[in-house]
Order: sequence, then structure tokens, then C-alpha cells
Amino acid sequence: MSTSPPTAAELEAAHRAGRLEWPIEKLTAKALDIRRDIITLLGKSQTGHSGGPLSCADFGTVLFFHELNVDPADPRWPERDYWHFSIGHVTPVIYSLMAERGYFPLRDLMKFRAFDGHAQGHPSRHDTPGIEVSAGSLGQGLSVCCGVAMASRMDHHPRRVYCVMGDGEQQEGQIWEAAMFAAHYKLDHLCGIIDYNHKQIDGDVEDIMGIKPLADKWRSFNWNVIECRGHDIADVLRAFAAARVHAGRPSVIIADTVMGQGVSYMAGDYRWHGKPPKPEQADEALRELGTSYAEWSARLLAH
Amino acid sequence: MTLAISLPEKAEMKKTREGFGRALVDLGARDPRIVVLVGDLSESTMVHFFAEKFPERFIQVGIAEQNMCGIAAGLAAMGKIPFFSTYGAFASCRAADQIRVTVAYSNLNVKIGGAHGGISVGPDGATHQAMEEISIIRSIPNLSMIVPCDYWETYKATVAAAQHEGPVYIRFGREDVPVVTGERTPFTFGKGEVFAEGSDLTVIACGVMVYEALRAREALEREGIGVRVVNLHTVKPIDRDLIARCARETGAIVTAEEHQVNGGLGGAVAEVVVRQHPVPMEFVAVMDRFGQSGKPAELMDAFGLRAKDVIAAARRVLERKRARA
Repeated sequence: MSTSPPTAAELEAAHRAGRLEWPIEKLTAKALDIRRDIITLLGKSQTGHSGGPLSCADFGTVLFFHELNVDPADPRWPERDYWHFSIGHVTPVIYSLMAERGYFPLRDLMKFRAFDGHAQGHPSRHDTPGIEVSAGSLGQGLSVCCGVAMASRMDHHPRRVYCVMGDGEQQEGQIWEAAMFAAHYKLDHLCGIIDYNHKQIDGDVEDIMGIKPLADKWRSFNWNVIECRGHDIADVLRAFAAARVHAGRPSVIIADTVMGQGVSYMAGDYRWHGKPPKPEQADEALRELGTSYAEWSARLLAH
Repeated sequence: MTLAISLPEKAEMKKTREGFGRALVDLGARDPRIVVLVGDLSESTMVHFFAEKFPERFIQVGIAEQNMCGIAAGLAAMGKIPFFSTYGAFASCRAADQIRVTVAYSNLNVKIGGAHGGISVGPDGATHQAMEEISIIRSIPNLSMIVPCDYWETYKATVAAAQHEGPVYIRFGREDVPVVTGERTPFTFGKGEVFAEGSDLTVIACGVMVYEALRAREALEREGIGVRVVNLHTVKPIDRDLIARCARETGAIVTAEEHQVNGGLGGAVAEVVVRQHPVPMEFVAVMDRFGQSGKPAELMDAFGLRAKDVIAAARRVLERKRARA
């Protein structure tokens, strides 16, 4: 038996084993399913956030169904890439992506925020398989991802590390501590994604506490900045590919998005940040998305 | 079992933080998962020993305690055993939210070294004298806490923290303090140790106050008062059985800690006593006030953290015990 260490090619092959690398058409269709899941689970729970999950739906789908090397049947698979949503409040999209990718049954989405379910209001390592670090207090996730990236480097592991952040979250000081750290240690296997939907709970980001010029801020922290149209699947694919090949610096993808994207009465309205649609509103939204509450909730409960 | 710790005429003086630093080096040699992080305080927290020996497993984070805590969490999520260290004032207060949400709620295997605990930090003054750590840390689920009494116990606490699966906070001090234990003195995580027997009252102490309690016992014994001294190094999980037994067998308890009286060791002990076997209690602690600059010794005197203060508390508690009889 050979005891020689794996070659770079073997490591790369293992690292690609869990990637789906779906084409644009399949990603587009899956992103629609994710939106339907989000609205259905919020319609059922009558508690939770609507706006951010919908703005994350497209790049989230690309991340989970094209980019990430993971094995949902074995969430702690040693070869896995690491993903983390620093914005813990977007659990509707996190759980929808996880369930659609196969981490747990779709029916679990119908127990979002319920006492007898595992799907906590904000992600919990203790409760949900596949959640690696709990989140919910904003600004902490990029630091966690820096730690994962450092551990991977110490182990000479080719793991890539993805951290989804919010635009309002950029107001937290810890984000910039972590940004400084990642650039200092040249963590080029770390990729941040900012859901730049321009809204936060109290209103427009620029009215509450301006973050412009955001790209310049990250550039000045020595990050490779990639701007993209966050609801254009092809452009998101381009952004992830650019981050993957960039060496020597961490990359951040600033995804320009619309809060509530996909549901006409929510799109661009900050008041949908933190509230769910009422049952009749959920049904209206789902009809806009080509289904109905009855049809889609039945699909979720059947799996 | 009683260890019958006896105090020499002149105790050897050594820094608890050096026990932390030396233990990390020995742990690092034994276990490649050990990683050490620091926030620009390598020599103060004595992790520079580790940095010299294992530079590839040492991470300088700069002055960013919240970030350091999150990085440690990420390392732990990938199977490392990270120890992060800074002054206890910053570890416990500045990074409290990160400890609560990212580390403890996730129950990650992160170890926190809080240096410069207590008033004995001295001239730096109130900002750097960590005196709220026990109250903050012990209120967070999943998190354990050890407050060792001297160099050797800090060494053993650091090793025990590495062996324990889950987050642990170790609190130690800045100054040279009397060495009351030895290399072979038993140390069991989660168990208090009876350092000296006595039947009239029990003094339950942690940190440097264990030494002060033993000194107080010597004086009281000369008056014919029997004092049991318990070293309760593990503040959480707390040794309920031992506390209840001391309450039952001696009928009076004094706690002693270099920490705020609110929510500290005394509070933790009282929570057990009132539920399991209520007896009179007195507290030797900092009485809800900020520290100030001064020499460590004069501050310990001024803030009532000496053997004489333990003796005074013992007299008060015995009076109350007698009044009940």
C-alpha cells in the first residue's frame, strides 16, 4: 500500500467530488423553487424574515448547486468546503437551500421556528445538522470563516470558505477586524459574499448609516473585490469563478440585489425585512411564482 | 479526601500566568491540534513560549478580541483546540457576545485564557482589573470556568481545559503569588479540593484567596476555631455535593474571591447552599466598586482581600451560626 501523500491532482479531484456544477437553466429553476420554499415556510410559520432571504435566493442557489463541494448526507465530510451565513436572520433561505440540497427533508421547512422542529429562528449548530457554527448576532461570521481558513491552511487542505454577509451588517465593527485579518494572512481561499440589497430594518442603508463607497472600502482593506448583478445567474457564476482563481488575497463578491426580489409587493420595500406574509399574501406571492400555497406546501410535506 | 495542604514559613512566589504559558508548550508538543491565538499581548499572557516553539500553530490577531474569539471558533469547528488569550477584562466583557453566541451556543471546543484577573493587577487601574469575569462567564450555558490558585494549579487547569470537550474559560492573574500546591497535588476538573480540615466553618475560596484562607485558618486554629478550607477552582460546573456536605458538616460558610461580590464565587456557592442545606454565609469579595491604581499589596489590603478579612468574616458567620443554635 502506498503511503505517499496525495498528489495535487488527487486532492483537486477529491475536492470537486461534492460539487454539482449545474448549468444556468437548472440553477434558474432551482432558484424559483427556493423562493417558493421561502414564501411557503413563512406563510406557515407566520414569523420570520422575508426580504433578505429573497434577495439571497439567486446567489445562494449558485453557491449551493454549483460552487460548494459538500456532501449533505455527511455534513462533516472532511473534504467539504465551508459555508456560513453571518446574517443568521435569513434562515428561510438557508434552510430552503439546505433542504433542497439534501441536508434534511423538505417537510422540516414546515416546522420553521416551531417548538417541535429543529429549524431555529437563527441557525443553531446544536439543532440543525449541517449548521457548523451558530449565528444571529451580526458581524461575527467573517471571523469564524477566517478561523476555518486558517485551520485549512495549517492542514494543507484545499478547502474553500464562503461567508455570506449583509449590507447593513457592514456597520458592525467586527467585520472590519476580520477583513483586516484575512488580508494580512492572505487568505485567498476565503470568499465573502455581500447581499447588497440596500435595505435594513429601519429603512434605506444610506439613510440609516451609509456604507458607501462599499467596494472602495474593501479594496482599501486589500481584498479582491468582484461586483456582480446578484439576480443574474450568469453574472453570479462569473463572480464565483473569478474569486476561485484569484491568488494572494481574499475575495469579496458584492452582489447587487433587491430586497424581496421575486415578489412584486415586497420588492424594494424595507418594511418586508423582518416580517412574514399573511396566509393570503403568501398565496398571492406563490401564485406570482407559478404555484399556490396549497400546492407548494403539499410538495414540501410529501418529502 | 483532605489534602492537608500546609503553608511553609515563606512560600515560593510564582506567576499563575506562567503556568498557563508553560502548559501550552507541553500541550503543543503532545497534541498537534493545539493552536494558540493572542491579541497583541504575547508576553503578558505568556503565550510567547508557545509562539517560539510552534510558530506555525500560533496566530497573532492584533488588537481585536471579538475577531480573535470568532477565529478561535472557526478553528474549533475544523477540529483544532484553540486557546485564545488576552486580559480577562477584554476576554470576558469585550468579547462576551462572541463567547455567548458563536462559541458557547455552538458548544465549540474553544479555550479562553483570561489574564490579569482581579485587583492585584495593580497600577494599571480599574479598566484592566478584571473583576466581573465569574458573573459573566458562569451565566452562559455550555461554558465552564476554572479559577486556579497558583502556578501549578494554573498549569493543571490548562491541561484539564484541553482535555475537556467544550468551551472553558481559565482565569489567572498578573502578579507573583504564593505557590500552595505542588506538581503532584491532585487536580480534578469540576471537583473542589478540601485543602484543610475543620468543623466549625468552611472557607470556600478560589484563586489567590485560597492562600489567604489558609493563612486565616492558621490564626483561627490558634484560637481553637476549626476551619475547613476548600479550594473551589472549578467555578462551573460547580461541585454541589462538596458544598452541600460542607454546609451540613460545618454549619457556616465564608466564600473568598478576588472578584465582585455580585454573581461571583460567593453567589455560585450560595445558589447551592440555599437549595440544598441553608446555613449562614459571609462573603469576602470586592464590594460592588471599581478598582484603582496602586501597588498590588496595598490594593489587596484596601479592598478587603486579605487573611484578616477572611478572619473577620469567619467571626461574623460564627456569630450568626451560634444565634441560630
